[in-house]
Amino acid sequence: MKSCLIVDDSKVVRMVARKILEGLNFAIDEAEDGQKAIEACEKSMPDAVLLDWNMPVKSGIEFLVDLRAMKDVEQPVVVFCTTENDMSHIQKAIQAGANEYIMKPFDSEIIESKFTQVGLI
Amino acid sequence: MNVNDFELISQLLKKRSGLVLSEDKAYLLESRLNPVARKWGLSGFDELAQQVRKSNDEKLLVDITEAMTTNESFFFRDQKPFDQFRDVVLPYLLEHRATKKSLRIWCAAASSGQEPYTLAMLLKEAQAKLSGWRVEIVGTDISQEILDKAKEGVYSQFEVQRGLPINLLVKYFTQMEDRWQISDDIRKMVTFKKFNLLESMAGMGQFDVIFCRNVLIYFDQPTKSQVLDQMAGLLANDGFLYLGGAETVLGISDRFLLIPGQRGIYGLANEQHAVKAAG
Repeated sequence: MKSCLIVDDSKVVRMVARKILEGLNFAIDEAEDGQKAIEACEKSMPDAVLLDWNMPVKSGIEFLVDLRAMKDVEQPVVVFCTTENDMSHIQKAIQAGANEYIMKPFDSEIIESKFTQVGLI
Repeated sequence: MNVNDFELISQLLKKRSGLVLSEDKAYLLESRLNPVARKWGLSGFDELAQQVRKSNDEKLLVDITEAMTTNESFFFRDQKPFDQFRDVVLPYLLEHRATKKSLRIWCAAASSGQEPYTLAMLLKEAQAKLSGWRVEIVGTDISQEILDKAKEGVYSQFEVQRGLPINLLVKYFTQMEDRWQISDDIRKMVTFKKFNLLESMAGMGQFDVIFCRNVLIYFDQPTKSQVLDQMAGLLANDGFLYLGGAETVLGISDRFLLIPGQRGIYGLANEQHAVKAAG
């Protein structure tokens, strides 16, 4: 079973994403901001991260930069999942090392489609 | 819905498009044709059937046929067929058409354009190897309305998120508020035209690859055979025919054989060329 860390400051979004990903056979961990997500990755690196952009303490993009700078770890697949749906944000995310990008609102079909594309399913 | 109305409309659809509707699909008639009825100022399916009986207005018949034959599509649908295209079919054709430097592909049910545009993007990604080649992608559909959308090449946020890798969205699309426009470079690679698969295919020319995915499932056996036999006549001797995951030629046509190891891709039965090379 693959693991996925869901990083979002909205409890509702985390709950919805958890339900979808558990249905796709992922073991789920949650973090409510980028800082807590880094701490979770230091403890145990997941196979995938579903990542919001705007969060308190540390944003999704700051988390991603820190994550990709971590040495001697198995880097996870990172899929952004955010309301930031303009080209400049998408390009910035790809440059920082995101593997895929979901523009909210999302549904189970989009999550499944994106996770399949990056080889997680 | 009464039985006579169901018969009337299902016969009309069968004759005009080949679409076969069993009675358990009667709900589809109502859900898809109620909007057509409203457009024509009619209260619903029953009045629509009455109108067909009364007037036989060609425009109304076209509206009904188009509403029933328009099916959803998305970029890189099922992914695997396009991986096969990139990794098996295209390398084969690059080698075996190296002298001719020409490639013709037909998407026989192009719908809103995602399948031909997916192929156009894949070919664009391989453009270094296709320098000096004449590449033609023909997308046909029975519905003019859906072809107009395909030609426009504008998709919703939802549509560009189903199957399309984000790097290709960035590379080949421009954002227009909440819609996404495919680039002119890609659009120009595809020629769209209205075509009914029940008609004679003579005059379509020869193709190296034919995509006919998730179309035959709507036809009865004789129609499936007729379509496949006609396609066999259009395919290059070592060409490739793609069918949908739930479709087969078994018991329908002996003109094609599954290419070993390549699920969903068929070659001409009397030509072992492509089969051997790609298998």
